[in-house]
Amino acid sequence: MSSNGPPAALVATIPTTMSLIVFTSLLFITSVAAGLLGSLTGLGGGVVIVPVLALLFRVDIRYAIGASLVSVIATSSGAAVAYVREGLSNIRIGMFLEVATTLGALLGAYLTARVSTHWIATVFGLVLLYSAAASFRQRSQSVAPVGKQPNTLAEKLELKGSYPGPNGAEPYFAQRVPLGFGIMFGAGTLSGLLGIGSGAVKVLAMDQAMRLPFKVSTTTSNFMIGVTAAASAGIYLTRGYIEPVIAMPVMLGVLFGSLIGTRILVRASVNTLKSIFALVIVLLGCEMLYSGITGRI
Amino acid sequence: MSRPTDHDLDQSVAGMLRIGVTLAAIVVFAGGVLSLRQAWSSTPDYAHFHPGSEALRSISGIVRGVVQFDPQSIIQMGLVILIATPVTRVLLCVIGFARQKSALYVVISSVVLVILVYSLTKTMR
Repeated sequence: MSSNGPPAALVATIPTTMSLIVFTSLLFITSVAAGLLGSLTGLGGGVVIVPVLALLFRVDIRYAIGASLVSVIATSSGAAVAYVREGLSNIRIGMFLEVATTLGALLGAYLTARVSTHWIATVFGLVLLYSAAASFRQRSQSVAPVGKQPNTLAEKLELKGSYPGPNGAEPYFAQRVPLGFGIMFGAGTLSGLLGIGSGAVKVLAMDQAMRLPFKVSTTTSNFMIGVTAAASAGIYLTRGYIEPVIAMPVMLGVLFGSLIGTRILVRASVNTLKSIFALVIVLLGCEMLYSGITGRI
Repeated sequence: MSRPTDHDLDQSVAGMLRIGVTLAAIVVFAGGVLSLRQAWSSTPDYAHFHPGSEALRSISGIVRGVVQFDPQSIIQMGLVILIATPVTRVLLCVIGFARQKSALYVVISSVVLVILVYSLTKTMR
């Protein structure tokens, strides 16, 4: 079936030296681990899949972002049931901001074909480092105060709600709506460019800029990820970034891993796990930056 | 019947998402099992990007492949179902907001739907 490439190129790459079943099995096991760690720590599995595929499996980064994007849609949609049970996601705020993320995703997907893979790898490295830093900030509990001032834009666009506080239900209003909308456009662009959910940037827009309660930000962000990713998935498929042999084990593995992750409760060790996972992300981020700048990817 | 609340809408939509993802995973898995026939052949070169077969990059090509029981086309079909799931979610939101008589959000969710349908139909033929 497969055509024979130049032997010199084949020696340096790991995948071409193994049979399809071994390649698929290794991808599946790695993806289960990424999905499990991603859901336990709340950092998402997609963010590590791309560097692992590109650096360890020596897969072209375009195949890596294609496989990652479909796994992002799967986990976001699969986790929605659990999030809805909490009743905190704000469907109106989510839908309003999806206008920004889907437009951004179109731009991002357009850019992937225009910029070199060195650029994609470099930007990816920076996003990894940012995600790790953001996860540490979350842990130090320096959460912005919840916006309570009613303002015309939030009233007109119905960007408000209530959340359970210490003294019963407390109302909240979205602050700085244009800034939040702008950051969301950027989050969508990164998602389309890198094939990730960019949950960290989405939470930044809702939590820091719009001053929404933290739980509302994270659950609404999860709901938005699938729709954002779907906006660039069609473009990826047409360009051939979604290669079935790679996407199959990655999508099934990440989905399986994240479903296990939402079912087992290891509250006690989550902080340790989160630190270790954040460290792994920092290392992968540095490696991606280095590979991108030196032109190895 | 009273107007559905945002939470009711959330819940019906989440149920649909689960069905979509489950169906997609089953189809992708079935394609994966069928592709085991070539389990011991060597892995193609993925270190260098090449767009691959035209048949796996368009809806019509994928459907033709599924009819011929081609494992790779079946995997792609599962992934297309997966991509369609969030789009259906937005469509359900348009209907839900219409039942709530929330004109503003019918417009906003329709804009999102138009963007999604535009990107999918413009690219996948």
